[in-house]
Amino acid sequence: MHSREELLACVVARLIGEAKHVAVGAASPIPATGALLLQQKNPSLKVSFLHRRKGNPFTEGSRELFDLAGQGRIDVFFLGGAQIDGEGSINLVRAEGRRFPGSFGSAFMYSVVKKTILFREEHSRRVLVPKVEFVSARGTPAALLTGKALFSWQGSRFRLESTHEAGDIRGETGFDYDAPPHVPLTAIPSEQELLLLRGKVAQKIAPDYPDFAKRVWG
Amino acid sequence: MAARPEQLAALVPDGALLALPPDYSMPSMAVVRELILQKRKNLRLLGVPVLGMCADLLIGAGCVAEVESSAVSLGEAGLAPRFTEAVEKGEIKMRDATCPAVHTALQASEKGVPFMPLRGVLGSDLMRVRPDWRESVNPFSPEKDPILLVPAIAPDIALFHARWADEAGNVWVGRRRELATIAHAAKQTFVTYEELKPGDMLEDELLAPGVISAAYITAVAPSKRGAWPLGIAGVYDIDDAHLAQYAKAARTREGFQRYLEEFVCTAAKSYSPASSPA
Repeated sequence: MHSREELLACVVARLIGEAKHVAVGAASPIPATGALLLQQKNPSLKVSFLHRRKGNPFTEGSRELFDLAGQGRIDVFFLGGAQIDGEGSINLVRAEGRRFPGSFGSAFMYSVVKKTILFREEHSRRVLVPKVEFVSARGTPAALLTGKALFSWQGSRFRLESTHEAGDIRGETGFDYDAPPHVPLTAIPSEQELLLLRGKVAQKIAPDYPDFAKRVWG
Repeated sequence: MAARPEQLAALVPDGALLALPPDYSMPSMAVVRELILQKRKNLRLLGVPVLGMCADLLIGAGCVAEVESSAVSLGEAGLAPRFTEAVEKGEIKMRDATCPAVHTALQASEKGVPFMPLRGVLGSDLMRVRPDWRESVNPFSPEKDPILLVPAIAPDIALFHARWADEAGNVWVGRRRELATIAHAAKQTFVTYEELKPGDMLEDELLAPGVISAAYITAVAPSKRGAWPLGIAGVYDIDDAHLAQYAKAARTREGFQRYLEEFVCTAAKSYSPASSPA
């Protein structure tokens, strides 16, 4: 058996696909795990965690990450949101009278990084809304991955590609999207992927995400 | 000039535009606690490019009128509770930014130019809440090429902590060279440090790349564990347990006050080894 986090990390690795340099921002243990999993299969992949505590990849802090991205040297980045809408816009500022931390680098990264993957574990009408209350950033996403489903981007709309388990995705999604007549289940992790995740990847994630590593792998 | 953290804090006037680093990039928590003890008012905080516990403490203690930052959060420990409540209740003014815009605005000051261009951002609602940011066009492009211009920011004061200071007045921040940009752009720079090194670090080829020259430093003060409960890579780690404790306590105003009394107002206590565990 695999955990939900392991399944999501495997989807992240597949979504990254062909890339030279993947960057991962704050508080993103699952994207970080997916990137490290892919690196196990493709050792030439460069993976930079902005918040690595020891051996941080940057010597000019986050400024260096944004400069790299501005030049097109970052192939893949991950963004989330308190709200995500059907146009692919994200909101990290405020919703329903509540204040959230803020837009971080999203307003820049979404338009300059070659491939932006939207990731949010919570899949609910609260998060996936018809229209965000504040557009922190808009852009062209490669995909939207949630704790329940995977959507691709079809130029102006999302298309449901797979669900991680049977369930009422339409009922739990606040925006309209396209879907095939029969939505497949998301491919589950292979034995080899689970071995890598529970071995080398878990070891590499633990220093930066100790609580996450403990929760998922004990 | 060598001083004590409370003397550095006394040099920060009410209403100053105070530039602070993120929690992972060595805020001078020793001076932040002193600013609270000295009841500084109406500070305008600039997050370079985001803020955390450092700002949440100042906001909760009533020292802050305005925040410009790309985000304020406690990272893995969750939302910054005093910031969140203060913005929701309209007690402070928030000027939302995005990380590279803050860096770029400081780089403009560093170069002595009035503004700098930046890609991206134009489709964001940040353009609506930031009338000081302007959409312009690239004058060198034959096609229409819209681009954002951000005005230079020159903070009144840059404040951070460093691993070393030396006898020549330089400070060493190692890989945290984005702190040099803040120092270059600010009118005055105050730094606390862990240890004093004899001599001049700029004469050491291995140390020099991590040095901010004394030319930019207004005043320094020794402060052992001056970043605690935050950390310095390779010296002491962020005290995650303390941060989680703070996040929980600061959910209510009463809990926050108790935190202040225990870890800030009792100055002798806040610097004792007992309350700053290794």
